[in-house]
Amino acid sequence: MQIKKQPSEYDVVIVGSGAGGGMAAKVLTEGGARVAMLEAGPYFNSEDANMFKWSYESPRRGAASRKHPFGEFDANIGGWEIDGEPYTNKAGSNFKWFRARMLGGRTNHWGRISLRFGPHDFERKSMDGLGDDWPLSYDDIAPYYDKVDRFVGIFGSREGLYNDPDGIFLPPPKPRGYELLIQKAARSVGVPMIPSRLSILTRPLDHAAATHRAPCHYCSQCGRSCSTHSNFSTPSVLIPPAEATGNLEMILHAMAREVTTDSEGKATGVSYVNTITGQEYHLKARVVVLAASACESARLLLNSKSDRHPNGLANSSDVVGRYLMDTTGTTMMAVIPDLIDGIPHNEDGVGGMHLYTPWWREKQKRDFPRGYHIEFWGGRTMPGYGFMGGIHRYNKILGEIDGKPRSSGGGYGMQLKEDYRRLYGAVIGMSGRGESIAFKDNYCEIDPDTVDKYGIPVLRFNYAWSDYEILQVKHMHETFSEIINAMGGIQLWNSPGKDSNYGITPPGSIIHEIGVTRMGNDPKTSAVNKFNQAHDAKNVFVVDGGPFVSQADKNPTWTILALAWRASEYIIDQMKKMNL
Amino acid sequence: MKKDNKHTENNKRQISRRDSLKYITLGTISVAYLAGCSTPEEIEDKIPKVKKNYPGISEEDIALMKQKFFTDHERETVRQLANLIIPADNRSGNAEDAGVVPFIEFMMLDKPENQTKMRGGLKWMDFESLSRYEKEFIKCSEEEQQQILDDIAYPDTARPEFSQGVSFFNIFRDYVATGFWSSKTGINDLPYEGNMANVWSGAPQEWLDRLSVSYDS
Repeated sequence: MQIKKQPSEYDVVIVGSGAGGGMAAKVLTEGGARVAMLEAGPYFNSEDANMFKWSYESPRRGAASRKHPFGEFDANIGGWEIDGEPYTNKAGSNFKWFRARMLGGRTNHWGRISLRFGPHDFERKSMDGLGDDWPLSYDDIAPYYDKVDRFVGIFGSREGLYNDPDGIFLPPPKPRGYELLIQKAARSVGVPMIPSRLSILTRPLDHAAATHRAPCHYCSQCGRSCSTHSNFSTPSVLIPPAEATGNLEMILHAMAREVTTDSEGKATGVSYVNTITGQEYHLKARVVVLAASACESARLLLNSKSDRHPNGLANSSDVVGRYLMDTTGTTMMAVIPDLIDGIPHNEDGVGGMHLYTPWWREKQKRDFPRGYHIEFWGGRTMPGYGFMGGIHRYNKILGEIDGKPRSSGGGYGMQLKEDYRRLYGAVIGMSGRGESIAFKDNYCEIDPDTVDKYGIPVLRFNYAWSDYEILQVKHMHETFSEIINAMGGIQLWNSPGKDSNYGITPPGSIIHEIGVTRMGNDPKTSAVNKFNQAHDAKNVFVVDGGPFVSQADKNPTWTILALAWRASEYIIDQMKKMNL
Repeated sequence: MKKDNKHTENNKRQISRRDSLKYITLGTISVAYLAGCSTPEEIEDKIPKVKKNYPGISEEDIALMKQKFFTDHERETVRQLANLIIPADNRSGNAEDAGVVPFIEFMMLDKPENQTKMRGGLKWMDFESLSRYEKEFIKCSEEEQQQILDDIAYPDTARPEFSQGVSFFNIFRDYVATGFWSSKTGINDLPYEGNMANVWSGAPQEWLDRLSVSYDS
């Protein structure tokens, strides 16, 4: 086997093309660096996706499959399982790892929920003694959140909430009818609901790199990818400006194997395999930026062993792979009497909720640390696979035609047909998304026995929820029931109890993996410094979710983007000063 | 025994499609955003032009659609059962008209893990009708068929000896619902009025009034 040396040397090689990699590509190329970006999957153009496809234009009506676990129209290529790329769990652990293999990575699959971390989120240990504080504060990152807001675009409302800082917002879409109804009920039990903060354009942006991006046309199908580039994904938003500089080379179907280092321990480049031809390559660069997803970057570092880095690159602290976190989650659905016999109208709106509940009990006493936010859905959405499934559990609510109660749900025939019409749009759902605690013993490591089809050692996970997370999810269900009861709604199933850990989702399921290359000032307890730079190899950076010290009750993407922008500016600065 | 209720009109939801289109063109376009637009052409111009560029049915799926899963007897049982679950009325056709039978057959091939439940459930139906009426389900009169369905279609009150039939029927009802309501027929019947480029500026006033909510609070 021959390893081809790529003839040209780059200033920077970026591994991965998701939020962090895309942002690094934009900022570094605009800063004048010559950048190669490795992506394990194929090219992806948002304009060729399934937007506007009717359910009936597919014989499976949008059903999920192993390759498309979120439905066949979902843009993501990848999923919980990828042929030839296994991962394993230690006994008793059930971490679920969702991976994308495509240009843009998982930015092609998410809810566009774009929440800034707040001041508390960087200093949680000082507040409750758990986990660690970040080596930076909200004030350090705020200017970069501002830049991301302006460049990418986000809608929201100015609320003045201390730990949910306002951004530079485009106007939010008006709430849907059912969302106002939930809001009224939520407020009556002391739960706020405010306009959501999604990276979807409700107005055109006025900068030159956004001229190809039209405002939203309200088809609600962001998850299928947007042909008008109205929402954020790396291929829609970050690749075009990077390409325009002429400094970006995208190398697709390139699965990174190892970061190579010299005798002094500095990185010299990245070796990778072409996933189609099997040809091995080595690419030289002055700086290596990892953005392969938190766990994939940790895997790459752990697989990059050398005399100078016997425990894996950037891992003299032994923290790489540790302090793995995912967001907690659980869900409830209900049928709402006021929504029965709805008035037909197009309530697609943007792809996702127009209102949400930020964490509202920071100051109240409770039996769990940290908080959660609540996401809502419902309405007259496009009927697809699973449409009104399990109606026998809730159509009893309609009663008999003569007004008498029904003795059972279910049924068939004319009455059932009419039941579907009357109940369409009357079912709502809500999901809690909460902060978990960073624990050293929640980790991914290299599985000693297993390699993938490229011969690269794979990850083995070990993750267990603690009582902190489980009690938090219990509280989510209490909140859900309060809101539903205030609307006179009927839950589609009973709130899960202690025996099922209150219905907490398996770790990994919310697809917010973070924390496995955490940042800190002390090289003994952290992998990278506050500029996402490896303590052990100064020309190695990690700009995905790995450097997160704690989770926050927020989705990680906006913080990944802000930190990647900040780290990339630092790289340009250090290159100019000849420090890299 | 439960009888099919004659379809009754519900005044509250008799909003014609034309009325709801009115909401789309007038109700959902933001005044501020459209300041200065007065003609329909100018309003139309504000709705982004959107290419429909999505891929068609894949080669693999076309190949799967050509395969058969059901025997002729099973397929006829599926057809009759589906039409009992969603019959035709004055607003739309029945399950068969909406293509439910080939949909269910495709899903059996697409998700083979559900094949045994389906095949076994159809067999259960036949065995039940044989023991009651000494003939297969599809040979029964509609009244006889309904007598069997009345025992398995109402899970809260079904007798324990019918539990397997109830489980099958709950699953089968869900298949029919997806097949019917996600079809063009079903989408027009409900109706679902989205999946088009538009400018959203809130729900129709009449709907807000019904819910006793407003944009001012």
